[in-house]
Amino acid sequence: MSTASLLNMSGIVKKFSGVIALNGVNFNLEKGEVVSLCGENGSGKSTLMKVLTGVHPFGSYEGDIYYKGELLQSRNIGDSEEKGIAIIHQELTLVKELSILENIFLGAEISRHGVLDHSAMYKQTKALLTRVKLEVDPDTPVRTLGVGQQQLVEIAKALSKNAEILVLDEPSAPLTESETEVLLAIVKQLRSEGVSCVYISHKLNEVKEISDRICVIRDGEHIGTQDAKQMTTDDIISMMVGRELKELFPREEHDIGEPILKVGPVTAKISKAANLYQVRDVSFELRKGEILGVAGLVGSGRTELMQCIYGSYNGVYQCPIELNGQSIKIRNPEQALSQGIAMVPEDRKRHGIVPIMGVGQNITLAGLSMFAGLGQALDESAENRAIKESIARLKVKTAGQELAIKSLSGGNQQKAILAKFLLLEPGILILDEPTRGIDVGAKYEIYKLMFELVKQGISIIMVSSELPEVLGISDRVLVMHEGKLKGVLENQGLTQEQVMDCALAEE
Amino acid sequence: MTTQQTTISANSQGASVLNQLKQIKLQVLVMFAAIAVIMLFFYFATDGSYLTPRNVSNLLRQTAITGILAIGMVYVIISAEIDLSVGSMMGLLGGAAAIMDVWWGLPLPLTVVLTLTAGFLLGLWNGWWVAYRKVPSFIVTLAGLLAFRGILVGITGGSTVAPTSPEMSLIGQSYLPNMFSMIASIGALSLFFVWQQRLRKQREAHGLSNPAMTSDVLKFGAIAIFALGLVFLLNDYRGVPFPVLLLVVLMLIAAFIGKKTAFGRRIYAIGGNIEAARLSGINVEATKLKVFAINGLLVGMAGLILASRLGAGSPSAGNIAELDAIAACVIGGTSLAGGVGTVFGAVLGAFIMASLDNGMSMMDVPTYWQSIIKGSILLLAVWMDVASKKRA
Repeated sequence: MSTASLLNMSGIVKKFSGVIALNGVNFNLEKGEVVSLCGENGSGKSTLMKVLTGVHPFGSYEGDIYYKGELLQSRNIGDSEEKGIAIIHQELTLVKELSILENIFLGAEISRHGVLDHSAMYKQTKALLTRVKLEVDPDTPVRTLGVGQQQLVEIAKALSKNAEILVLDEPSAPLTESETEVLLAIVKQLRSEGVSCVYISHKLNEVKEISDRICVIRDGEHIGTQDAKQMTTDDIISMMVGRELKELFPREEHDIGEPILKVGPVTAKISKAANLYQVRDVSFELRKGEILGVAGLVGSGRTELMQCIYGSYNGVYQCPIELNGQSIKIRNPEQALSQGIAMVPEDRKRHGIVPIMGVGQNITLAGLSMFAGLGQALDESAENRAIKESIARLKVKTAGQELAIKSLSGGNQQKAILAKFLLLEPGILILDEPTRGIDVGAKYEIYKLMFELVKQGISIIMVSSELPEVLGISDRVLVMHEGKLKGVLENQGLTQEQVMDCALAEE
Repeated sequence: MTTQQTTISANSQGASVLNQLKQIKLQVLVMFAAIAVIMLFFYFATDGSYLTPRNVSNLLRQTAITGILAIGMVYVIISAEIDLSVGSMMGLLGGAAAIMDVWWGLPLPLTVVLTLTAGFLLGLWNGWWVAYRKVPSFIVTLAGLLAFRGILVGITGGSTVAPTSPEMSLIGQSYLPNMFSMIASIGALSLFFVWQQRLRKQREAHGLSNPAMTSDVLKFGAIAIFALGLVFLLNDYRGVPFPVLLLVVLMLIAAFIGKKTAFGRRIYAIGGNIEAARLSGINVEATKLKVFAINGLLVGMAGLILASRLGAGSPSAGNIAELDAIAACVIGGTSLAGGVGTVFGAVLGAFIMASLDNGMSMMDVPTYWQSIIKGSILLLAVWMDVASKKRA
């Protein structure tokens, strides 16, 4: 390895309470170079970048990081930012109510005699915005900008701190094609100015276009780093996955019946005053025993649509629902569950688990009434029996049902949440990102379970950001974009390109 | 291969279960140790008069009011809310009871029923604003703290309503016959023992681990000796005070509701993660409303005992009692973040607060010092709790 590299990470090992997330990963970056980091969800990309940017402080990992020839010992993000290593997260971290200028100088305001020096900051912001080709006034409130523009503000903010290494964590995920092109052009320009970039993306054509080299990580192991020019998309995939793609999705034949659920037209917005619709005139049908995939970029309104059906949307909405030919009203999750509609929410930690409660008590939480007798007293024998059956059925790996659920791995938490809703024997199961952040083995088991369920006549709606998953599992695919339904595609040899074209097609 | 992995992870997680158990036990032990230290200190500081039957009787009666308030408060806090109005509410309800008794001459049973109903309604009022109108409970009950006190001063005209009827005094100042207390406590202990054994068998049947038989028997023995000894000691004076019986009964009922009913489980779930609870189909609003209403009912009971003990309704009665109740819960291991806490802990906390009050009064410690010391102990208790969690 060249010793003159700008950045040299070698033999990085990171463990989380005994579980190995990174196992001896090497990564280096030259000045003015773009290196892409590829790997499946949960492969350790983000962990590696967190090690680099000081989220996981020096001492919490093994291995060395040399930056400009010196050992990097960051205690927090601030430390690494000061040295010129900045990260732009997938979730934007701008303060929406503040202006562009205020966001860029947040925490580093220029002041004279204790008074903010607006004109100096204005001048600098203007220059930064020109660099990222964003022609708007620095005093514009951030909330009025689109997602793509906000991302450019984030980049400008990083540049304001004289960043020499810019980590872009899935920057293009929420962007349209034209916005992505602007972003890529800016990354190229920054490269020519001598800024180095680590680019993380699931979109391999982008990766091919932008990168000088590509580094692939799988299950915490460094698989290889090669010149981008010498790699085809298939090469990258086979390195990422390490096996034939077919094994990933255990597709099984199942019968699909008549439509049982008719939804729509659904319209939803955050508040009465908001002009932006999160969901607009979306109607669809769900058939008995089918898996209906819902695809769309972040912000396409897919989660909001599901929340409307489940009665948990926090805003103003209309959502006519017909179940088995009968028009029904659902105002809250309690009513949805009583109609046999269950939803496993997207955000496991915030909406799924009660962290300090035991695994068992989490499993029976939704179905407590089934065990409550006179005076709501719980029949503990019946409850324990149900818990044991659920744990066995879903293969939840836990040391005991009384263990606090927060100490389980993500995959096992997800299985416990699934168990919670399956206990109610729903006819319709909505799964919002059912495999986000869980390992390949648990994913496989969840897919198996889904097919087992549809064979029993349960209908499933699965929302997912991972197109391969949608294509690998669904019978039909609902494509959404910016709150609108762009199409319903039968999944017979459907490709990712077809879905993306459908989503981004002009009307 | 898979089985092997399971056992490995099971082992490492088993260790963390053990740690959790240790954590809980540690907290209980620390509380008992604190009580023992307080007892010994005051015993020597007052030349033994602290632990005379007469003073123990007093001490327990003092515990009763804070204890009953703490029982209501603990579920409010577990559901991640707070009730600052209970002091004023207790004053108001006690004052109302005194007015019914002294001015209107209502028969005792009617006074009791009306007071408890009023307490229930005031609790509903608080709960409705919190649960359905989404006003933060801190604000709703701060408003109650001011308003209820205002109403009390208004209806009493700012003067003491006295003297209450002899029947009224029965609630706070009567004692149970010696024989009755002995038989009732032995009966209750035997029932408890039989129930514990049944629970053990049930847990075994479901493959859940039980604590070692010897530790269970030891625990039961300690409880039995303590309870019977206390009854014996109290019988040596005038017998078990009625409010103490009420406290014990309410504590047992509340503990049952918390641990063995769907309603109780939902309260813990709401405090633990309100969004997960809501998405699991739990009617969060109705549950919170009930918690506040039950709290109001308990405040009504405390108000009756207070009026009966004072023999009067006073415009300043129950001042800052809410802080004693909150402190009792917190000292007893309840987390203000919600989701964590027990009734037993809260009542023990109330006992610690009352022990300090009682002992310092006996030593003629000036009132201002009493406040300073109680404040310091509250801070210390919570800091110890925070520090011990950080280490774990």
